[in-house]
Amino acid sequence: MRYLTDRKRAVGKGASHTGTEDHWYMTMSSVALAFLVPTFLIIFGRALGRPAAEVVQIFSHPFVAILTALVTILGMRHFAKGAQMMLEDYTHGSLRKGLVILVFSLAYLVTAMVLYALAKITFLGLLLGAAN
Amino acid sequence: MAETKRVERPLSPFMIGPYYRAQMTSMSSILTRITGNALIASFFLGAWWLIAAATSPSYFDFVNWLATSWLGFLVWVGSAWAIWYHYLAGLRHLYFDAGKGLDIETAEKLGWACIIGSVVLTVITVIIVMI
Repeated sequence: MRYLTDRKRAVGKGASHTGTEDHWYMTMSSVALAFLVPTFLIIFGRALGRPAAEVVQIFSHPFVAILTALVTILGMRHFAKGAQMMLEDYTHGSLRKGLVILVFSLAYLVTAMVLYALAKITFLGLLLGAAN
Repeated sequence: MAETKRVERPLSPFMIGPYYRAQMTSMSSILTRITGNALIASFFLGAWWLIAAATSPSYFDFVNWLATSWLGFLVWVGSAWAIWYHYLAGLRHLYFDAGKGLDIETAEKLGWACIIGSVVLTVITVIIVMI
């Protein structure tokens, strides 16, 4: 009698050990980004070159703040996994591990930078709003 | 098992040219990867600019001066093109994943659509942003 089901013996096998999880994540995040990015691109582009007070006003708006956070979080996870796939194609061994750790760290660093800026801008926006 | 002799064979990106003839389909696919990965630099600069806006007006003036210089302009326009290329090529990938458009003629047309479409969308974006 077999105690393991066929599925249990199959899961985790194969070259990646994770099935098509990464590919499916890229598909999901790409669809989300396809909806988010065009609007973000215009808002960011139009904010560029404005004085600091106006930039704070733009990015402290709830819609812009949430859109920027979503684009950053999804975009950076999409980048990390995409860059990992590229590194897995072209590098091997310890170099691959090191570079994958590097790009994951970079993605988390940029995410933290943007979320920190957004948090601070939201509070600055509140102060500016109170002053008006 | 018999001793196998290790042969140094060229890896994927170094095949193009001497061993592999460049085609529309493969080149437009590689460009997707290049644009996607290069965009981390733009994102980093954008995050820096946003932090500067939240830090102090004098620090922001420096970063903003850099971001709006002619070099900054080139970087942002290049980034916009990279985003739009990656965007269209990504949509093409979703279409391919659905099992459609995989015959050579359609795939090559879609490749041209990505290249021409990305340039058109970049021009439109720059116009919307500048007016």
